[in-house]
Amino acid sequence: MTTQHSRGSPFAPHTDEETAAMLAAVGAESVEELFDIPDPVRFDGEFGIEPRGERELRAETRALLGRNDDLTEFLGRGHYDHYVPSLVDHLADRSEFLTSYTQYQPEITQGFLQVLFEYQSMLVELTGLEVANCSMYDAATALGEAATLADRVRETSGSTVLVPELMREERRSVLENYTEGAGLSVETYPHDDANADLDALTEIASEETVMIYAESPTVRGAIEERLGEIGDLTDANDALFVLGSDPVALSVLEEPAAVGADVVIGDAATLGLGTSYGMGLGLFATREEFVRQVPGRLVGASTDSGGERTYTLTLQTREQHIRRERATSNICTNQAWVALRTAIHAAWLGPSGLVDLATECLEAPAELAERLDDLTGVKAPVHDRHQFREFVARTDQPAEAVRETLEGKGFAVHAIDDHLVQVCVTETNTERTDALVTAFREAAK
Amino acid sequence: MTLEYTQARWNTDEDGYEALLSEKNEETVETDDVPLPDDLKRDELTLPELSEPELARHYTRLSQMNYGVESGPYPLGSCTMKYNPKFTEDVAALPSAGVHPDRSPESIQGTLELLHRLEDQLARIGGMDAVTLQPPAGAAGEFVGILIAKAYHESRNDERSEVVIPDAAHGTNFASAAMGGYDVVELPSGEDGRVDLDALEAALSEETAALMLTNPNTLGLFERDIEEIAGMVHDVGGLLYYDGANLNALLGRARPGDMGFDVMHYNVHKTFATPHGGGGPGAGPVGVSEELAEFLPNPHVREGDGGYELYEPESSIGKVHGFMGNWLVLIKAYAYIARLGDSGLSDASAKAVLNANYLASQVEYDTPYEPFHHEFVASAGEQDAADVAKRMLDYGVHPPTTKWPELVSEALMTEPTEVENRSSLDRLAQAFNAVAGEDREAIEAAPERTAAGRIDQTEAARNLRLSWRALDEDS
Repeated sequence: MTTQHSRGSPFAPHTDEETAAMLAAVGAESVEELFDIPDPVRFDGEFGIEPRGERELRAETRALLGRNDDLTEFLGRGHYDHYVPSLVDHLADRSEFLTSYTQYQPEITQGFLQVLFEYQSMLVELTGLEVANCSMYDAATALGEAATLADRVRETSGSTVLVPELMREERRSVLENYTEGAGLSVETYPHDDANADLDALTEIASEETVMIYAESPTVRGAIEERLGEIGDLTDANDALFVLGSDPVALSVLEEPAAVGADVVIGDAATLGLGTSYGMGLGLFATREEFVRQVPGRLVGASTDSGGERTYTLTLQTREQHIRRERATSNICTNQAWVALRTAIHAAWLGPSGLVDLATECLEAPAELAERLDDLTGVKAPVHDRHQFREFVARTDQPAEAVRETLEGKGFAVHAIDDHLVQVCVTETNTERTDALVTAFREAAK
Repeated sequence: MTLEYTQARWNTDEDGYEALLSEKNEETVETDDVPLPDDLKRDELTLPELSEPELARHYTRLSQMNYGVESGPYPLGSCTMKYNPKFTEDVAALPSAGVHPDRSPESIQGTLELLHRLEDQLARIGGMDAVTLQPPAGAAGEFVGILIAKAYHESRNDERSEVVIPDAAHGTNFASAAMGGYDVVELPSGEDGRVDLDALEAALSEETAALMLTNPNTLGLFERDIEEIAGMVHDVGGLLYYDGANLNALLGRARPGDMGFDVMHYNVHKTFATPHGGGGPGAGPVGVSEELAEFLPNPHVREGDGGYELYEPESSIGKVHGFMGNWLVLIKAYAYIARLGDSGLSDASAKAVLNANYLASQVEYDTPYEPFHHEFVASAGEQDAADVAKRMLDYGVHPPTTKWPELVSEALMTEPTEVENRSSLDRLAQAFNAVAGEDREAIEAAPERTAAGRIDQTEAARNLRLSWRALDEDS
């Protein structure tokens, strides 16, 4: 089968006769004549990449990825594994969805537009805010875009963005890259037992503050208990309150709109995609008053020539292809297909499934923490908070040594400080918690 | 041969077409049993609640109301809408691909080796010295390129304030430069549609951080003076940035690195046939010359004594994505490139260029700028390009990009790619030519054969309804 592509691309369907006839039609002797490239920059085509057949490549890639150790992951910290129903793969892989482009011709792309409208609608229900866009790349870039939105909509000349001391380092680094061009600076506020230290935050916040960011659950899995007060504090300083969360947590937590959130960001791929080595789906929802400053694409309802309700991309004058350097964002290609997966997954669960899943995310870590706490050399949970999906444990042994020992026994956990490990439990690994506890007993003593 | 086409149109609700999930069934669930204090939880959650068969039918119908590359030709200029091979989907769906990003490098040697191999493939194809795979889209890649340029100049204590961009460039170039905090200097195109060297001379200065350029440009024209352009930019101390959107036209014929570009992005969803997914995810890896490698985003993959490892380049710009970008897309790109190899990549480019030239020769609309490579820009002349596009939908093909670049009046920017054969291109030409011969009334009434009739864009923007809740409030 490897001879098939010695002729060229297996995905260019031309026969030799067709190629010859087409060349004749354009009046060229050879295809090379059509390349208007000066000799000094011509390249001979030798990349040194050997073509392989489909069967070989499937085997090769399977073998390559098969070199990954088969560990049971108890990892979280912003990237979560939930069971993805088969329905998601089968429907999202329908080629009309998968192989289409951005819906610039709405009449022929109603299907995807409706899916995105439904995705936006579900986020509106979950956040209580009026507007959700149809995706950013991931939570980190959504946070970056939230900061530049805050800078645009806030009337005073402040330039400071306040973020929790406990947050993913990566998220903060991306935020810094997004804010630097806008002339903003990022400062941290301390935590109090894995929630915002409100006294300290009150001290730090000032009229210089453009935005206050908080997470619930936090990166340590703690539910933030004083969101309403953070909202009030943000208002008092005429700043924007940006809350990080995810659709599973939002299914049971108080609506962000009710605690004063102006923007909700997060990773919506917790439904539909799994951890996927950090690939995500940036959730972005905000208040209607900021709709003209929203980054990314928006799908709105309209009517067609027959008077029927339809859907179309709207407010495109905010976007880079029209507004260029004055656009609200440079985002063009987004994560539409992941949004489709998330929408299908959310619809499959329905409100009862979502609430059940979120309930499990509250019960499972509490139960596992209790079992680890019984072990010699372990205290869990470290924080006296309601934990969602994950929790932090203190180990007498160095955390890194515990992590390594557990990895040797087939389990992955986070070592987050000298003596702190973090453990995440969802429905995808609960059947291995007994084995984890056993391994922990050995590792921690 | 007459062209006939009708898209599926499901009409299950008097308000519109396929009813919304929320219109089919909604439930409200109380949170009484949720183990949280009342002040931390919502009282109830209201969302659609449907059975799996109902959902399967809903999404299948919606897919039938959507046009993809496998539905027919999709000659959207500058978007490179190629056939997406099926086997790459299976490769990306391997369970061993779905690892958590915080896994220890020792435990995911396969993942890291695949990333390293893809970096190597891309470096060879672009003629660059080092590659990062982190940017999750082309525009994100541009932003990384801009941040790298900025970090490079700052490392030399040489603060600069401007980025020069041709007027016909992709809008993302302008937006990305602005996000990096630069002022944009717009470069007017010459009469032949290429960079005008006098205009470039006037635009460049000690303030120039970079010139962003795609080659061939958005008119499909190769910038023949590229060596001179590179020399001029480098002479003022600026960097040359390559927008990889049109790389499909160059595979195996020329490399950005050889042309003098210092930094570039690759659109793997274009050139390397990963699905566009209705607007993403894509991936926009960035390649750089050796002198810029120390600024690449972290983490970066390298081969160490004990296997592959993650490390932070010396003067890294930091991060532009929460982790390593769109990993599942990167797997597909790796498999696609390996499937084609040298001969397939060169052939893809050859057939793409042949197809654009053949199609243009069969289309009756005028093409003012020649000779072009993989895409051409025709002018709809007296017709409105947007109306032409709507009417083309009735003939079962996706129309070209319209009204851009603005150098051509009523532009129809057409890129058939290598995946169409002669009969398919003839069908496209027939659609173009049928519309070219139609009067205003006919094309203004279009489309009639799509899932929806002509959609009122103005109404959508004036009366914003962005969720089903907004629809309820409206009625």
